[in-house]
Amino acid sequence: MQTAIDIHSEDGRHGRGAATASLRAENVHKTLGTHPVLRGVSLAAYPHEVISVLGASGSGKSTLLRCLNLLEVPDSGEIWFRDEKLDIRPPIGQNGARIGDARQARRVRASLGMVFQSFNLWPHKTALENVTEGPVHVRGLTRRAATERAENYLRKVGLIERRDHYPRHLSGGQQQRVAIARALAMEPEVLLFDEPTSSLDPELTGEVLRTIRALAEEGRTMILVTHELSFAREVSSRVAFMQGGRIEEEGPPDEVLSRPASAGLRRFLDPAC
Amino acid sequence: MDIALIIESIQTLLGGVVLTLELTILSLLIGFVLSVPLAFMRASRSPWLSWPVLAYTYVFRGTPLLVQLFLIYYGLGQLAFVRESFLWLLFRDPFYCALLAFSLNSAAYTIEVFRGGIQSVPPGLVEAAQAIGLSPTKISLRIVFPLAFRTVLPSYANEVVGMIKASSLASTVTLLEITGLARKLVSETFAPYEVFIAAGAIYLGLTFLASRLFNLIELHLSGAPPDKARRPWLLKLRQAL
Repeated sequence: MQTAIDIHSEDGRHGRGAATASLRAENVHKTLGTHPVLRGVSLAAYPHEVISVLGASGSGKSTLLRCLNLLEVPDSGEIWFRDEKLDIRPPIGQNGARIGDARQARRVRASLGMVFQSFNLWPHKTALENVTEGPVHVRGLTRRAATERAENYLRKVGLIERRDHYPRHLSGGQQQRVAIARALAMEPEVLLFDEPTSSLDPELTGEVLRTIRALAEEGRTMILVTHELSFAREVSSRVAFMQGGRIEEEGPPDEVLSRPASAGLRRFLDPAC
Repeated sequence: MDIALIIESIQTLLGGVVLTLELTILSLLIGFVLSVPLAFMRASRSPWLSWPVLAYTYVFRGTPLLVQLFLIYYGLGQLAFVRESFLWLLFRDPFYCALLAFSLNSAAYTIEVFRGGIQSVPPGLVEAAQAIGLSPTKISLRIVFPLAFRTVLPSYANEVVGMIKASSLASTVTLLEITGLARKLVSETFAPYEVFIAAGAIYLGLTFLASRLFNLIELHLSGAPPDKARRPWLLKLRQAL
């Protein structure tokens, strides 16, 4: 189902053979304020790939991830979801870039599960209600079907017994696992993780990383912005190292992380040298 | 001071409670319904949406409610298009004049209360809703407004209490709610002291009940421990919404 062989090859720019990328950024530029955060980034996630995006703070990796589901709208460049190009209007004068087709953006976002650094669970909804919100109000499932689906995913992240708890009664790690269940309940094509463990105490990162690893082992397509180097090395099929708004190096984790070609990545991997 | 007269007055004035409550509750409901969309416009970054609403709240919060009531009660009848249309059926009745004035006034204050709440909702919670593909209307009604409402509940409770008290102005346009009845009673008994003490006592009772009600709502919305303490019917009501 997810091999998605592309016979049409509508633009002839596919990086690897005939397979269509699930999600792809082409030469994306983004300036926030006066600061150019992304300066021509291209990245593609093919089905079943786990891509980790590494880099120092301010290298643009979170902005790249947010551009992929249009939470930030690129100033130029293209975002492709499978064989569909997202409608982006470039900035005009004072007005920044904006989404051209809101309906398309919503539909595509519904297929891209996003997990945030600060969880962003809705505090007025229970764990279960957080997870059923999308299935009911985006996918149009009945409440009964949505509840069943939500319970499955809460079970999967090990929190079924917390289903009726409000976020404030959950630990950070539990909140993030509910947030993962919320993303999964949309049955997305691609999962986007934006530093999912960065606001967790060290003793709580383990439970979240275990959950993410289990998803990687299921063969889900994922893009993961992270500071957890050893975790990235373990779960990724590819890593990309960003610096100064560009992807500096990209490749299989053992290659890139063991034999860094650029001075930037060498410094990042071993700040002491 | 004649205690017996006070008690007697209270009995008479209780006859005005229904009208006071009618005016207050209807004004608050209309004000609420108007203020939710207008508060979102007021909180919008687009000046085309925000400025007209600002002008409205500025005028209605910057002038006395009594003046607004008189303008509507004495003024609407001067306008030919009001007198010659179905509107006259409504606005020749002082009740609807008072209702209009109170609703518009209450909406103006409520808009500013809700605007503050809307702007205090953390952007990350909105992004999380956008990220699952929720439509802007659903984001506003299911995520932003419920959170905003929780934040501003104490201020909104003030507005409700204020409206109960402000409804006494309806007596100036011949309506016989609590204060209207009190004035009538004073002219019959020449005992303003006892009668207005009685009126004040009734308002105090009403505002006490209103603030208790809001305390309970607040407790329910913010402090409810997971699941068990929630009343089943409230849970059902919430799920239905």
